[in-house]
Amino acid sequence: MAAVRVEEVLAAAAQEQQQPRSVQVEKELELEFDLGNLLALDPNPPPAAALRGAGPRRESQLRALARDNVQLLAARLWELPAERADGAAGPLVARLPEPAFRLPREKPPPRPRPPTRWEQFARLKGIRRRKRTSLVWDEQAKEWRRRWGYRRAGGDPARAWLAEVPAGADPEEDQLAKLRRAKRERVARNELNRLRNLARAHRAAAAPPLHPTGHQSRQELGLAARVARVSTASLGRFQPRLPKEPAEPPSRDGGKKRRFQPLLGDLAAERGRQLELLRGMNSKKPALDITRAVNKQLREEDAEAAAAKGKKRAQRGKRGRRQQQRPGKRSGGGKKGGPARRQQRPVGGGGRRKKA
Amino acid sequence: MDALDRVVKPKTKRAKRFLEKREPKLTENTKNAMLIKGGNANSTVTEVLKDIYALKKPFAVMYKKKNITRPFEDQTSLEFFSKKSDCSLFLFGSHNKKRPNNLIVGRMFDYHVLDMIELGIENFVSLKDIKNNKCPEGTKPMLIFAGDTFDLSEEYRRLKSLLIDFFRGPTVPNIRLAGLEHVLHFTAVDGKIYMRSYKVLLKKSGCKIPRIELEDIGPSLDLVMRRTHLASDDLYKLSLKQPKALKPKKKKNISHDVFGTTYGRIHMQKQDLSKLQTRKMKGLKKRPAEKSAEDGGISPKKTKSV
Repeated sequence: MAAVRVEEVLAAAAQEQQQPRSVQVEKELELEFDLGNLLALDPNPPPAAALRGAGPRRESQLRALARDNVQLLAARLWELPAERADGAAGPLVARLPEPAFRLPREKPPPRPRPPTRWEQFARLKGIRRRKRTSLVWDEQAKEWRRRWGYRRAGGDPARAWLAEVPAGADPEEDQLAKLRRAKRERVARNELNRLRNLARAHRAAAAPPLHPTGHQSRQELGLAARVARVSTASLGRFQPRLPKEPAEPPSRDGGKKRRFQPLLGDLAAERGRQLELLRGMNSKKPALDITRAVNKQLREEDAEAAAAKGKKRAQRGKRGRRQQQRPGKRSGGGKKGGPARRQQRPVGGGGRRKKA
Repeated sequence: MDALDRVVKPKTKRAKRFLEKREPKLTENTKNAMLIKGGNANSTVTEVLKDIYALKKPFAVMYKKKNITRPFEDQTSLEFFSKKSDCSLFLFGSHNKKRPNNLIVGRMFDYHVLDMIELGIENFVSLKDIKNNKCPEGTKPMLIFAGDTFDLSEEYRRLKSLLIDFFRGPTVPNIRLAGLEHVLHFTAVDGKIYMRSYKVLLKKSGCKIPRIELEDIGPSLDLVMRRTHLASDDLYKLSLKQPKALKPKKKKNISHDVFGTTYGRIHMQKQDLSKLQTRKMKGLKKRPAEKSAEDGGISPKKTKSV
């Protein structure tokens, strides 16, 4: 029994050796294939250390990886049902399955044509179309003729050479002309209704359904508002201002336009500005940089807290740097806290909370 | 009658055909790509756009002039271009100090930006730089994505989907096996994405499957991911939605289990068990009297008593 098994194993090994090694590729995890797209997904992590190397070495590594993957994909592709094109002489052509990898569509699926006014009415009343034969028996001609159109059964009323004058009608009136006029009116009304249906369908199509946008950040909303503002025929020139919209609407690109003060004009304002400048220059007190002052204060507090806890110097530095940025953003609106922050606080924790 | 005046119908057959080609269809046409050069693109970015154009060729449009726009800030001009050239894929190239050698790859749904991902080019070898035989224009490439990173984060997953969408070309029912010449291989490792393009050489191996050898033809790009703009889940789901007419019709009474075995349910009429033929034994044999009674009870023959 054992001898047989050994022989089997040997035979299998010999068979394996016959097949060239390069056609067989070993992978830890199996690849995922989508043959309809000629796609292979290899979930095995590539050799990161080898790929970190110099240029030529990395290239050869990548090529080896690609070769193995292509070999595996080729094995699958050559397994597909194939036949020779144009008889026996043509090239080998494989039949691909449908693509399986789900990809988004380019456009939404086509919408059905909206029903015409008559179709709406018919549906409401439950009127169903019934089939009528196109040929009817013409008694006069003794043959089957069309119900409508050229050589219709019963003769075309528009081509009649004789028209009955109804009782009580004006004998001078041209009855044939009356018939012609009535026909022309019917055709015109039908055309009008057709156009109306077309317009209604067009109107329904003109307002496409809105797509969901998901969560929009403040910045994105601002951008959308800005784009909407200038999206009128006059580029937003006559657009009324929204309640909290800035007086100077930003340009289309979102940038600010530079505006200079007029050279001549408001003399009082100009005088006030200059005097303000002089006052600032004359005053003994240094002009206050709130951001700097706040940063200094915070850093000192942090240093104290860290010293109390006995932390390392490096960590203290990091924390101080991180917190520097926060009050900087606030500096525009935080004028109220200015004077209080200017004072140097004595040693002690919790000072920050009081000021805020 | 204001509404009537606004209906613009094509005046010629040609215009009508043109508009019909752009309408939404049940089975969609191959997605076209537009390659847009930004306001300031350096030679690297321009070369990349040219090379990708060469790969995509029958299904691509190149915008060569300067287009001063920033897709991550204002998408209106992209949407305009998309409508103008009926393209739903785009590749925008630009270069500035903050984001040198920048590519933005994205796709549209219903002429609105669905996804876009910004990629920085770290290394680039052009098609021209490698002197050898190239693949013919319009070859459908084989796409391979290597690396577990492509499955780990949502951004990478979307990037994979985007790249497949971008490069897969037309959907075909048949393919000539000797014509499988081109491979695009994407490897994600260490936060970088290596895009390599190879020509496939089919060598004899002694068995049915040929031995594969690869030859570098370029373009090869080393990319890093920068900013991303991914569609919200609702919108993405909407874009994936298949029309009802395309879904395969469900066959009744046929089911499959996990192993791929097919099960059928058969509806049968109730069997009359009284007429069932059981095993024949001498003892169970009917007597002639019984037989005749079953036949109709009118038997002229006389029965022999046993």
